[in-house]
Amino acid sequence: MENENNLNRWQDFRRRLADNDIWYSFKHTPMAYISAITGITLIALAVFAPLVAPQNPFDLASLDLFDASMPPSWMDQGDPRFLLGTDDQGRGILSTIFYGLRISLFVGFTSVFLSLLIGVSLGLISGYIGGRVDAVIMRIADVQLSFPAILIALLIDGVFRTVASKEIHEDLALYVVIFAIAISGWVQYARTVRSSVMTEKIKEYVQAGQVIGLGSGRIMIKHILPNVLGPVFVIGTLHLALAIIIEATLSFLGVGLPPTTPSLGTLIRIGNEYLFSGEWWITIFPGATLIILSLSVNLFGDWLRDALNPKLQ
Amino acid sequence: MSLLEIKNLTVKFPSRKGDFTAVNDVSLSVEPGEILGIVGESGAGKSTVGNAIISLLDPPGYVSGGSVWLKGERIDDLDENLKSAIRGKRIGMIFQDPLTSLNPLETVGAQLIETITLHLDIDEKAARARAIDLLNQVGIENSEERVDQFPHQFSGGMRQRVVIALALCSDPEVVIADEPTTALDVSIQAQILGLLRKLCEDRNVGMIMVTHDMGVIAEITDRVAVMYNGKLVEIGKTDKVLYNPTHDYTKSLISAVPRPDKKSHRFPLVTYIEDVKERPEDLKLSDMWLGKTRDYEEFDGPMLQVENLKQDFVVKHAIFKRNHKYFTALKGVSFDIKQGEVFGIVGESGSGKSTIARCVTGIYEPSGGTVSICGTDLNKLEDKSRQNYYRRQTQMVFQDPFSSLNGRMRVENIIAEPIIFHKQATNKTEVKKIVDELLETVGLGSNAAQKFPHEFSGGQRQRISIARALATRPRFLICDEPTSALDVSIQAQVLNLLKDLQEELGLTMMFISHDLPVIRQMCDRVAVMQSGEILEIAETEALFNTPQHSYTQSLLGLMPKFRTVS
Repeated sequence: MENENNLNRWQDFRRRLADNDIWYSFKHTPMAYISAITGITLIALAVFAPLVAPQNPFDLASLDLFDASMPPSWMDQGDPRFLLGTDDQGRGILSTIFYGLRISLFVGFTSVFLSLLIGVSLGLISGYIGGRVDAVIMRIADVQLSFPAILIALLIDGVFRTVASKEIHEDLALYVVIFAIAISGWVQYARTVRSSVMTEKIKEYVQAGQVIGLGSGRIMIKHILPNVLGPVFVIGTLHLALAIIIEATLSFLGVGLPPTTPSLGTLIRIGNEYLFSGEWWITIFPGATLIILSLSVNLFGDWLRDALNPKLQ
Repeated sequence: MSLLEIKNLTVKFPSRKGDFTAVNDVSLSVEPGEILGIVGESGAGKSTVGNAIISLLDPPGYVSGGSVWLKGERIDDLDENLKSAIRGKRIGMIFQDPLTSLNPLETVGAQLIETITLHLDIDEKAARARAIDLLNQVGIENSEERVDQFPHQFSGGMRQRVVIALALCSDPEVVIADEPTTALDVSIQAQILGLLRKLCEDRNVGMIMVTHDMGVIAEITDRVAVMYNGKLVEIGKTDKVLYNPTHDYTKSLISAVPRPDKKSHRFPLVTYIEDVKERPEDLKLSDMWLGKTRDYEEFDGPMLQVENLKQDFVVKHAIFKRNHKYFTALKGVSFDIKQGEVFGIVGESGSGKSTIARCVTGIYEPSGGTVSICGTDLNKLEDKSRQNYYRRQTQMVFQDPFSSLNGRMRVENIIAEPIIFHKQATNKTEVKKIVDELLETVGLGSNAAQKFPHEFSGGQRQRISIARALATRPRFLICDEPTSALDVSIQAQVLNLLKDLQEELGLTMMFISHDLPVIRQMCDRVAVMQSGEILEIAETEALFNTPQHSYTQSLLGLMPKFRTVS
């Protein structure tokens, strides 16, 4: 009985998917599925880094200084063990990229999730309750919007550096960066959600909920929230690329993640020092990975925005 | 040779599920000075015919066959430049919504002058004089002054007059009017229709009037074409088609129009529509959950008592409360609704009738006065569970079937929500059983439960909305224009359903509508409202036969002149 029910649900889901315009648009837009495949491949490489990477670049015992500064394997003096060459400490660039991707994506996803959480809840409250609550939240948002995101992230990181000792800072740097990026991004979600809530809350299905006697919280979360999430996911994907780039920028400037847990941005910074001594591969390959990652996420977000926009259909 | 002739017109809208034929092999013609009506229900393709004539089909629609001739000259295969020269110059257009067909950032005069100088070879001064003259012709007073005003300074009816003036700018030979009075109140509708009739005769213009409203057709058209599913099913003199229809569809469509002249027990059903599904005969509400005796306390007095109800809305916020600007929607309204009675409220838009419903259901908190359900004023009630006890007794069916259901929830969950919230069932299987029974009761069948609202038509959604309202087993049901968004044939079904439920469950009902014939068919007693006040309350028959207030008399006078013969 239960099994049959599940089967029915699955068939029902398949039917809906075949009927769905967004899925149809996805299948028929090369840009969408190519960027999705690229993005998913990169995420898979990052998640399974310990399994797919040829070496573990953080296992100091496996490093050999004799392997240092080798060019990519297809060049003279290249070594087939290191497809994309090695850095000054003998770490394989390919492996460091896999591990770096891990950190970059972790920072990206968690910070987007955090700012989405803050932004959506504040936007929902602001739009539904209105009045003074709305005014206060929106003025805070306005003030924050007048600072560039990178500046806010720098500020938070700087404050943390002065209050925390060096050891604590090394340990917590990752979370400080996530927090800094999350705080700099919530405004966009809050504004978008607020305006959608304001158009949704006067619709009759909300009034129907009030007539039944449902409380404000229930109406907000169960009825209004699912109807305003569409644009939020679009901003979320675009913001994911931005968050990864902000993290890379912070790390490149040397205020982000320490070299012991290198993200793509840290790798680019380390490599940058060797760029003029001819060892271009140390910085170019992580840089290219960053570009491919953010481009595929961005293109996917662009497609999602167009697909969800009824005016463009 | 006719003025405008359409031969075998076919319009298709390609989609990924195959081509949809919106207009299928339609031929008609219009003579100078004649008004041809095109009538049909939503999806019949009537507007598409109008748009195809002027080549303004919504993409991706295209004309896949047939031709359009203007004074013996073929116009549908001209290139885009020549077409746009004809559009607006030789063929004028009047659209449904006067709010969106004028540019809010330009004065009325500027818009008229622009159109005039575009189509006629005259200088700006002469164009201005012509604009003023046109405004005079469409019945706008002080046109010298008003020509320099912006659209927002005109009322809805006045704006539609400006749109008509705009359509007449270049002395067109043909005017296409697409539902020109649907967005307007009846009193204004009558004026606009009179104006169109007069202009047609004076200027010898041929007009195509696209509408869903039989009353409008009866009022001004000379000939009428009836469309169904993209096909022309019947065309002929208006009198003949309306009073002696030959096609089955026309017959059933006309029979579904509520009669203004006498109360009939039930609406005849339009059997031509596939959507039709009556409740199974053997369904006994008394055996079901819905029909079981309700657990409410007995109460002798009136179901609803409204005393001196006032409602203000803040239109302009200020920091201090005393500087707020208010709009008064209700200026002290009092009435009672007896138990088991169907009480109608009728009035034009903005009269405050929907505001009353929202005050009674607790969506708005009244600014003054009291609303008592079974003798209890809910707004003074502190106890949450007592409040819910009264909430449960009062439910509402909303006007717009498209926004009144949450599109992200399955029908099952939409109907189950009030049952679970008010703890009407003890476990999931019981809830499921009740939901299935309710769906059966409103004529949808229990396989509707797993679907989402967008998979249903407007009439079916309104049934879901009724099932949700019944899910708390209310004694008092408020219907706020429950059928004004529906086609007449669907309206007849939904009204029959409401009538049956009211009788079988002994519901007390407050029925709000702008449509007098519908009110006459549904209600025992009626209140007439105008600008936030009740002018008159009377028994339905007394109100329709001997109206006391002058406003009621004029409203009744404006009722569609169309009478069914059967």
